[in-house]
Formats: sequence, structure tokens, C-alpha cells
Amino acid sequence: MHDLVAKTALGGSEPRVDTVGSVTCTEVPGVALASVAARRGKETQAQKALVKLIGAPAPEVQRFTGDQVLAFWSGPDQWMIEAPFDSHEDLADQAKAIFGQTASVTEQTDAWARFDLLGDGINAVLELLCQLDLRRFEPGYAARSSIHHIGCFALCRGTDHVSLYGPRSSAGSLHHAVTTAMISAH
Amino acid sequence: MTQANRLSGGQIDRDTTLNFQFDGRSYTAHPGDTLASALLANNVRLIGRSFKYHRPRGLLTAGSEEPNGMVELRSGAHKEPNTRATTVEMFDGLTANSQNRWPSLRFDTLAVNDLFSNFLSAGFYYKTFMWPAAFWEKLYEPIIRRAAGLGSLSMQADPDEYDKGFRHCDLLIIGAGPAGLMAALTAGRAGADVILADEDFTLGGRLNSETFSVGEQSASDWATQAVAELSAMPNVRLMQRTTVIGAFDHGIYGAVERTGDHLPSLPAGKPRQILWRIYCQKALLCAGATERPIAFENNDRPGIMTASALRTYANRFAVTAAPRVAIFTNNDDGHRTASDLHAKGVKIAAVVDVREDAPLSYDYEVLKGAQVVNTKGRLGLSFVEVALPDGSTRTLDCGALGVSGGWNPSVHLTCHQRGRPVWDENLAAFVPGENLPVGMSVAGAANGVMSTHGALRSGAQAAATALNLATLPDLPEAEDAPLAQTPFWYVQGCKRAWVDQQNDVTVKDVKLSYQEGFRSVEHLKRYTTLGMATDQGKTSNITGLAIMAEVAGKSIPETGTTIFRPPYTPVPIGAFAGRMIGKEFHPTRLTPSHHWAKERGAVFVEAGNWLRAQWFPQADETHWRESVDREVRQTRASVGVCDCTTLGKIDVQGTDAAEFLNRVYANGFAKLAVGKTRYGLMLREDGMVMDDGTAARLAEDHFVVTTTTANAVSVYRHMEFVRQCLFPDMDVQLISTTDGWAQYAVAGPNSRKLLQKIVDPEFDISNEAFPFMACGKITVCGGLRARLFRISFSGELAFEIAVPARYGDALMRRLMAEGEEFDVTPYGTEALSVMRIEKGHPVGNELNGTTTALNLGMGKMVSRKKDSIGSVLSEREALTAPDILKLVGLKPITPEDKVTAGGHLMNVEGPIDAAHDQGYVTSVAYSPSLNSNIGLGLLKRGDERLGEKMRLVSPLTDLTVEVEIVSAHFVDPEGERLRA
Repeated sequence: MHDLVAKTALGGSEPRVDTVGSVTCTEVPGVALASVAARRGKETQAQKALVKLIGAPAPEVQRFTGDQVLAFWSGPDQWMIEAPFDSHEDLADQAKAIFGQTASVTEQTDAWARFDLLGDGINAVLELLCQLDLRRFEPGYAARSSIHHIGCFALCRGTDHVSLYGPRSSAGSLHHAVTTAMISAH
Repeated sequence: MTQANRLSGGQIDRDTTLNFQFDGRSYTAHPGDTLASALLANNVRLIGRSFKYHRPRGLLTAGSEEPNGMVELRSGAHKEPNTRATTVEMFDGLTANSQNRWPSLRFDTLAVNDLFSNFLSAGFYYKTFMWPAAFWEKLYEPIIRRAAGLGSLSMQADPDEYDKGFRHCDLLIIGAGPAGLMAALTAGRAGADVILADEDFTLGGRLNSETFSVGEQSASDWATQAVAELSAMPNVRLMQRTTVIGAFDHGIYGAVERTGDHLPSLPAGKPRQILWRIYCQKALLCAGATERPIAFENNDRPGIMTASALRTYANRFAVTAAPRVAIFTNNDDGHRTASDLHAKGVKIAAVVDVREDAPLSYDYEVLKGAQVVNTKGRLGLSFVEVALPDGSTRTLDCGALGVSGGWNPSVHLTCHQRGRPVWDENLAAFVPGENLPVGMSVAGAANGVMSTHGALRSGAQAAATALNLATLPDLPEAEDAPLAQTPFWYVQGCKRAWVDQQNDVTVKDVKLSYQEGFRSVEHLKRYTTLGMATDQGKTSNITGLAIMAEVAGKSIPETGTTIFRPPYTPVPIGAFAGRMIGKEFHPTRLTPSHHWAKERGAVFVEAGNWLRAQWFPQADETHWRESVDREVRQTRASVGVCDCTTLGKIDVQGTDAAEFLNRVYANGFAKLAVGKTRYGLMLREDGMVMDDGTAARLAEDHFVVTTTTANAVSVYRHMEFVRQCLFPDMDVQLISTTDGWAQYAVAGPNSRKLLQKIVDPEFDISNEAFPFMACGKITVCGGLRARLFRISFSGELAFEIAVPARYGDALMRRLMAEGEEFDVTPYGTEALSVMRIEKGHPVGNELNGTTTALNLGMGKMVSRKKDSIGSVLSEREALTAPDILKLVGLKPITPEDKVTAGGHLMNVEGPIDAAHDQGYVTSVAYSPSLNSNIGLGLLKRGDERLGEKMRLVSPLTDLTVEVEIVSAHFVDPEGERLRA
């Protein structure tokens, strides 16, 4: 076991939590990610492997499926898979073992920073941040969007729970955008 | 001061009194007032001075179309010039000042312009200030700019905050008058997602200004009830104080919501305004209509306004502009104003109607077939002169005159996609044409339906049509008077009758424009400035057009219209900027070692969106060169560490990955062994160098490509283009992993020794086991997955080590701690740059889009054994001519002499000019290794001219330095160190 201490994307030892009114923004470092792209001509096999990995049907466009290990659509025959960090730090290796030569798998764990928005008023915050149609935000919805010129993913986990993924290096700017919108919308 | 002109009734809260100041004097008002209504209530008619002639001006309207009643609102940095008093919602403590006057509003010295009006007609400055030409910039223009104009800026940054937001709906309804409200009720009751936006703070449009009934209620009560019903619908969003400013592509509308303008001050973090982007399936324009004035002699005195505005002030705001009022009209609507004002106890001096068959009244005198021919009053209206049909004149004593020339539908948003309105003969007005923005329909007065019942009906019908509803709701009873407008644009024979009050354009100016050949409406606009500035001619365009048509002997539709463009009303620049201001102008990217570097006191530099450590000053260092020189010396002597996470990292996988890179890079990659890295040169299609970098082969089907920091995104985009469009049959997958890995260059003769302290012992990184250009997956610090590359940018024995980004901070701290025994130093981009110049490595300065591999001394890298992007066109004749530029090194003969990037190289003898140019300098540095300034440059036949002396010149900075042409590889040209 190595002895290097991890930092969160915002540079702290503990995840940052901000609450404004009814909305809480929580930094979520405890997540492992990997990108999966089917190899050419292996799309069907790759999809079957994905089903095996996540224990659920492969997600359609703008959806995510799965539970502990879940996958969201990121392009034709491309997905991002997500799992708890503590149990799946080697998610890419685990996935590669299942996909084999049917897909290219790349570790994405630390390429992204995740912020979870929780609370009744999250729509008022989100409408200041991204151009997505909030009427479609039901559990299982996942979409790509730009937030203050930062390319992000938004996953709707519940009517009062949305995860935002942004590039880790821009975590500070994304966090600033989110908390500014929280104050503005409150 | 008492509110002398306050009437009974109205939609104001008399229980609360608000205080405000105008031009330093204190007044009172009530919630529900606008600044305009409050000023009128306090008997203030004079509000500003006109643009050119500094004539006294008051209010013309009661809405956003106002051309005259503009003030500087608030003070200090919050000051906003050209704010229409008619749209300013009153709040306690409001301060406003009149503008474009000196020294005071009542006594304005520049009103002298009015006496010289004959010389200041349209186009005067084009003709008058022709000579001497040199006087224009220094004398004429400053004087004209000072004399003409509107409000003044605070010259400070806007301290307010603005947001941008995004909303979606099935139906966007623009305007909440009778048509808009009825449409919203129809759509809302049917369950559609509706946004109803209106620029006013009270929804209802003209229903709040009228005394007639809708159903069993007063018009305003019906509006209140409709708004209450809509408010209770979860699928309907009411957006008051929101102006839809533009119709854009694909059903997207821009809207500005004034969330804070009506508040005395804003809590921190709250936006003053929000610029919304509204995405809708359908849009329904219910923007109503604007009353048009009639032009007559001296029709611009304070107190003269549209008749409908007088009615609005009386009915909604319980204010009369003066105790005694006259009306000048060409239609029945003017009579309605007289009747309403009379009912409120205002004395009607007379109704002057141009029609011979005008209706009479028992309550006041109607002068049929009469016209207003002049007005009097120094700073406000006192008398109106009326020409009667029998040729006699009569003077009416009045403080206000309501003018009604008919109504113009507000078609603006229908034209934002180049749609053209069409002329309606019956209305004598433009109505929306066929060519509307996709998904838009129009209802109510905006569509030329001028009765209240017609508006309700057409609103309901349009909503039902837009949403495919089968049934219409029951409509309330309302007035349904037919409207026919016989145009009456201006009173003949007048000398100075104002068409565009905001730009001081008269009937005569329009005629002059025609006379001088500016006959197209677009030319008319530019020549006279008719319809320009903040009101965009909402009360003047059609009249100007009508006069132009008359003098040209054409019909109005033949004469044409100008193009309406967004925004519909003025928008602060801050609203367009939103939150993207100052340091938040663009997102900032931080490296994994950023916080550590900050603790070390690093000086940062922007590299694209990244912040990179430029150098790490120590306590005794007073100049950046001291820090940089030390970092270079320490690295070359022992070991240094630099965060190079910012270099683009692209994961390339797939069975065709090697062949793909073989096409993308000019040099060969197919045979690169697993566990090896290769430097690669990427060309554009035209043969120029696009980027350089390395590709490490981690497995048969897996490469990691690095790019320069600057080109990370463009190279990734290029590779995706190649993958998807040029070689779609290849099995290759790409994804960026730049942010995922913290990557540090560890360089210097002791770099291996330092790394051996953290690389887990099962991984042998000796020169034999891990030679120059090796790469591999390893573990560090007891099992953390990592990647190691033996590549060197500095020219020293060097490695790049990568760990997952979350451990980057810890790894940097560990390297510094373990490196203490080697006197390790962190180094920044400046030392990095010095060392790469010493080593002769090209970067963006050399890969500047105009250089080929041959220019850079890497011509042999372009493989002829295979096809790759750009390889054929790099062979073009001009690119391979004998005297092309070649990369060289430069050393000043006197080491202390500064060499400057951008300077040009000239022969020692001969003229210094472009024709004798031999090349230019691309990169410069002070080399602590050579104790000399050095540079890299591109020189004609440079590779053949080593040892030659040349002049480095910069005529702009008066620089001439004698330099010697040397090899670009100043340090370790044989590459022994990096292979050690």
C-alpha cells in the first residue's frame, strides 16, 4: 500500500461542502471512472460486456443505467463508467478484463471532478449554469453541457440530486460557477 | 413637495410614500409609480435636453418606446446613462439627473445651437467640417462630441453583477396584454409549458391603462384575475420585468429580466439583470402597438405627448401632465383620452380633430377639421395654436397636449430573421409579413387586431393553433370597435416639426435627405440619423418613411422599411458578459502541484487557460533572472522538477492505433517497439508543421500521445477529424487524459538517483534496463500506479513521471523531500524555456504555422516510405528552394548584448530593409550555462552559414546587435547527457 495522500480536485484534504439556502454543493472525490469505446466491428460484443459489467441494459442516448457500477452514454458505442473509488480504484483494469478486445478502456478517474447538487432548489441553480432542458431531468438522465465554457456532464440521480462532472483542472472555476449561481438563485 | 398633479384612483399604493431626487431636488412618489409618472405628479415636465439643439424636452410616451425622457439613474459607479424614465420603477431613495445640459437643465448654454439650426441641419458636419482636414480630429470632432450626445458614462467598471440563464418551454408568449394573457390562459389551461414575458412590472399591458370593462370587470381587474389564475398554474412561468430582446435561430429568444433594477440596493451576489436564453417550440408575439405622434411646428415642448400616454398616466398612475389638457388627433382613440381625463376631473381645453366628421362630445369642445399649427411656452407647453377650417386661428391655454396619429403594430421581433412587414391600407400601418421566424405567430395589436375583444380572441386562437388545441376557451365580453386609420403624418407648412425627437430630425431634414439624393430608407437613416440610438425610432420610423414616400411620389410599401435588429430595447453590456468578467473571463485550469507551488511562492503565468509556475523566487532573490538562472544551473548541475501536466495527453487505442499514428505523424510509428517512446512531427495538410510531441507505446494496441500545451485541444480535434472523416475504416479510439495524470519532468544528472528513491524496487530504471526513450507502467511509493517516460526537453538525463492527479500534490512534496540530499530545485516555465533554447528544441515560437520540417532542420523526419498527412505538400517547390529559412542559433559577439525575438537578421554590409532581409529571431534567453544571451532564429540557408557574422536589427526599437550564427544546439550537441 502506497503512502501518498490524495487531494481533492479543489486541493483540499476533505471534500468541500457549500450550502446556500436549500441547496448543497458537495465535492465528491470518492468515485472511479473509466471511458469505454467499442472497437470497430465489436459494437455488439462490447455492449454485451457492458451489460455484464453494470448488471443493467446499456444506456440509451442521454441516459445512465446500472447501480453500484453505472454507465452513461457519451457517444455512439461509447460510455463512461462510474463506480465507488474505494472498491473500484482499478475500475479500468476491472472493466478491461470484461471487455477484452471488444473495447478500448481508459482510466478517467482523476480526469474529472464531481460536484453533487442536492436540495429542493437545484433547478433554479442549474438554469443559471447550463442550457439543458430541466423538464427532462428525471432519474437516469445524463447529458453533456457547457457550464461557464467548461465542458461538463450532468447526471440526474433524483429530482433533488444532480451530479456535475467537469475537468479536474477546472474544478476551481466550476465550483465558483456553481456556488455563484447558488447565491444568485437563493 | 406635494404631488400637485396627482389624480384619484390608479394602481399606486398611496399608503406608502417614497422619496426620490431629480437634479438634486427631493420629491415624493408611491409604489407603483415610474420615475416618469412620479415626475409628472410633482409637476416636473422638463426632463432633458435634446441631442443636437439642446431644446427642452419632456416625456413623449409612458413606455419603453420613449425617445426623450432619459436620465442618468443612480450615482457613482452605478450610474446608468440614457435610462428611460418611463420604464424606471420607483423605489425609495432613487436618484436621477438630467443629461446633455450645461450648466443646468433650465439654463443650458448649448441651447444656442437652436438659434443656428439652419446651419446644423441633417448632414451638416459632413459638409461644414471638410477643411482644413487636419482640424477634424483635434478640433471639430471633440467640439461636436461635447455638444451632441446623450448621457455620460461613470468611467468606472460596472460594479453590478449579471447572470445568464437558460429556460425551455412549449410556448413563449411575448407581451402580457389582452392577447398575451388570453393566449397564456388558453395554453396554460391545456397543460402546455408556457413562459409569459412582459417588460412591465405589472402584467396586463394596456388593460392597466384603460377604463373599459372586460367581462363583468374593469380591464385591470380582469388582468389581475388572469395573472392570479396563471400564477397558480405549475406549468406557466410568469416573467415580468422581462424584455424579449431578440428572435434568434431555431426558436431561441433572448430576454433580459431586470431582477434588481427596482430595488434600492442589491444583496451581495444577487444579479441586477439576467440575460435569459429561452428555447421554445413555438413563440407567440403579443407585443401590442405603439401610438404614433403627428409632426407639427414646435411639437416637442415638454407637455406634448402621445394621447395614449396621457391616458396611461391618468388611469394607471393617477397623474395628469397638467391641470388643463388639449388633444390633437386624427382618430377616435384621441377622443377616448379626452373622455377619460375629463372623467378624472382634468379640464379639457379642446379636442382638435383633423377629420371633418369627428365625433362631438357633451363634455368638452371638439374642433372638427382643425389642426395644431404651433405651440408656445419656454420650458414647457403654455399655449397651442389651432388653425380652424374657416382659416382663422385660435389659441388654447393648456399645459399638456395629447397627440394621436394612429397606432403602429410592434412588429420588430417578426423582422429579426430578415422578415419584412407588409403595409395594411386599412390601418395605414405595417403589420407582420408572411416570413416570420420559424415557430413564431403573432396576435393582438401586434398583428393589427386593434380592439380589445379582437386581441383576446386572436390571442386564444393563436395559442390554440400553435399547440394544436381543438377547443377555445370562452372569451369575456369586451369592446370590439372597428378601427380604420386615415393617415395624417404632419401638418403642412411647418418649419420645424419634429419627427424623431431623440435625434432631432425634422420633417425638413427628411425632405433634405431626399433632395440630396439619399433616397433609400437605409440612406435616409444614415444621413439624418432618423431611427438611431436608444429608441431605434419606435415613435418616428414610420412617419419618416411616410414623408419620404410623399416627396418621392411613391407609396409607403414601395419606399420600404429599414431592418429591425436585436436588441428590441437597450441592454447593458454587463448583461451580455454575465459572470464572465475579470478573472472569471475564462475558466482557469490549475495543475496538480498548483497549491504546493503557491505555498512555495511561485510566480504564475497564463498558458492558455492554465496557470503555470513561471519561476520559484527565493528570499534573497530580487530579480526574476536570479531565480531562473539558479533553477537552470541547479537542474543542469544536479536535479530539477517541473510540472508538465499541461502538455496534452491523448490516449490512442485500437488494433489500427500504430497505423493511425503513422498517417498522423510525418515520421514512422508502425515499428515503434512496445515500451518505447518516439518524438513525432505532425504536419498540416499543406505541409506546414502543426505540432510536435511524443508517442509512447504502452502496448501493441495502446499509445499515449503528448502534445504541446498550446495545441492540446487543436491536435485532439485534428486527430478526431482524421479518425472520423479521413480514415473511418480504421479501428482506433481516442480520448484525452490530460487532466487525469499529474506529470512531472525530473531532469538533471541526479534525476535517476532521485527517482530510484521513490520508484518501487521491482522496477529497474538503470540506463541499461530503462534507456533513453524508454517508457513503461510502474508503481511508486509502495504500490501507486504510475507511468515513467525517459524523455528530455532540457537536454539532461531526464524522465517524466505520471501518477493519478489526486496524488500529484503528494508526489511533488515527496520528490522535494527525497531530493533534498541532491539539492533538488523546482523549476518553472522560464527555466524550462531557457533550457530548451540552450538545447535547440523548437516550440510554438518556431512552430508558428509558416515553418516546415525542412525549415526546422528536421526534413529527414518526413518519411518518404509511407504516406502521411502533409508529406506530399511539404515537398512543394517553394518550400524546398535552396534559400529557404533554416533554424540556427545566435550568439551576440558581446555576450551582454541583448538579442530580441522578432528582430530581423541582415548581412553585416548592405542596406537594412525588407528586400535585404535574411531571416528573423524566434526565441531568446539569457543562458546561464554559456553566460551569454542567446537566441534561435530562422535564417536563409542558415545551415550553411554557421560562423557567419550578421546584424540583428529592430528598426522600431532602434536596435542593432552584431551576432554570430551558430548551431541551434548550444548545450551538449552530441546528446551524451540525455543518454547517460
